[in-house]
Amino acid sequence: MKKDWPLWEVFVRSKNGLEHRHFGSLHAADAEMALENARDVYTRRNEGVSIWVVESKYITASNPADNGELFEPAQDKIYRHPTFYDLPDEVKHM
Amino acid sequence: MSEKEVKNLDAIFEARIARDEKIEPKDWMPEKYRQTHIRQISQHAHSEIVGMLPEGNWITRAPSLRRKAALLAKVQDEAGHGLYLYSACETLGISREELYEQLHSGKAKYSSIFNYPTVTWADIGAIGWLVDGAAIINQVPLCNTSFGPYARAMVRVCKEESFHQRQGYEIMLTLCKGTPEQKAMAQDALNRWWWPSLMMFGPTDAESTHTEQSMKWKLKRKTNDELRQQFIDQTVPQADILGITVPDPDLKFNEETGHYDFGEIDWDEFWQVVKGHGPCNKQRLEARVSAWERGAWVRDAAMAYADKQQTKKVAKAS
Repeated sequence: MKKDWPLWEVFVRSKNGLEHRHFGSLHAADAEMALENARDVYTRRNEGVSIWVVESKYITASNPADNGELFEPAQDKIYRHPTFYDLPDEVKHM
Repeated sequence: MSEKEVKNLDAIFEARIARDEKIEPKDWMPEKYRQTHIRQISQHAHSEIVGMLPEGNWITRAPSLRRKAALLAKVQDEAGHGLYLYSACETLGISREELYEQLHSGKAKYSSIFNYPTVTWADIGAIGWLVDGAAIINQVPLCNTSFGPYARAMVRVCKEESFHQRQGYEIMLTLCKGTPEQKAMAQDALNRWWWPSLMMFGPTDAESTHTEQSMKWKLKRKTNDELRQQFIDQTVPQADILGITVPDPDLKFNEETGHYDFGEIDWDEFWQVVKGHGPCNKQRLEARVSAWERGAWVRDAAMAYADKQQTKKVAKAS
């Protein structure tokens, strides 16, 4: 029997009030071991108060080759930004 | 893809790097960029892993509990650094097993400095002070390198590295303030580690084959000779504070350049060690391979257990 440990992605919340952020990845046989390894590898100096691990194969990522159709349409919608609208200087608090 | 299309992609890619944009794993990249990064990042990861061996040698014999705790933490950090770097390297499409295989078969290199023995406790001080000091100078510019995962791993590594150097220097300081025998031990360690530390920056610019391409890709931001000079300039005054002598009769501050002039490095020795004929090359690789092979049953057992738990969970759910 020869089976390599799968790859996991590690997300850490550095303190309450902040979101979990991607910290890196590691190999582990199962979720429990992935959590334990994540603690040793990524939080040796109080970097976090909460850890998420997810097996890398379950992440679906967008393809940079599609960036044009995905993200460019937002570029010409400048009316989504407050500075698009002309107001006289006398108007305050807006 | 036609040749013309690839050429076009190449040009777009080089322009992105010139604009200081970061490259992420799924972005298109020239094959040579990918291969060069796999080579450098894995070599870096292997160095961290093999680098644990010379220091691990002294954990059980550290002179106090304080020193032992610090050394253990440092060696654990090196393991962590190796793991950050291996996973950064894997984003380029090579598996962890392939990376290990390259190390164990001798196909991949690691930093030659770890092929020197740690014969006294003072060597642990000298390694932290000089070897980690040189590593910091090599690594800080990499926090800004073009490949995102490598740059992010380096930010983490650099943050942790400064404790390593300070604990080493403190060991040297304690020895130098101790008995004449202790001070002699510190001097002896400096004598043996000085030149190999200078070699850590690699061949001279004239001899370095990768420098030009690596500068373009921001895998390097300063040349080997510039980094070596920076190391010497900042380390010599630290030796003065310790009251020990750098083993180089030609070392002299040059008022005109504002830098230290130094003697000729023994490049024959450097190439001998790179080619596998250093004092400990064989021992280091054997230790690494044996740890991997003797741990195989643990890895297999963990995987078998995970599979069993998974099967149980599925059975329960259905």
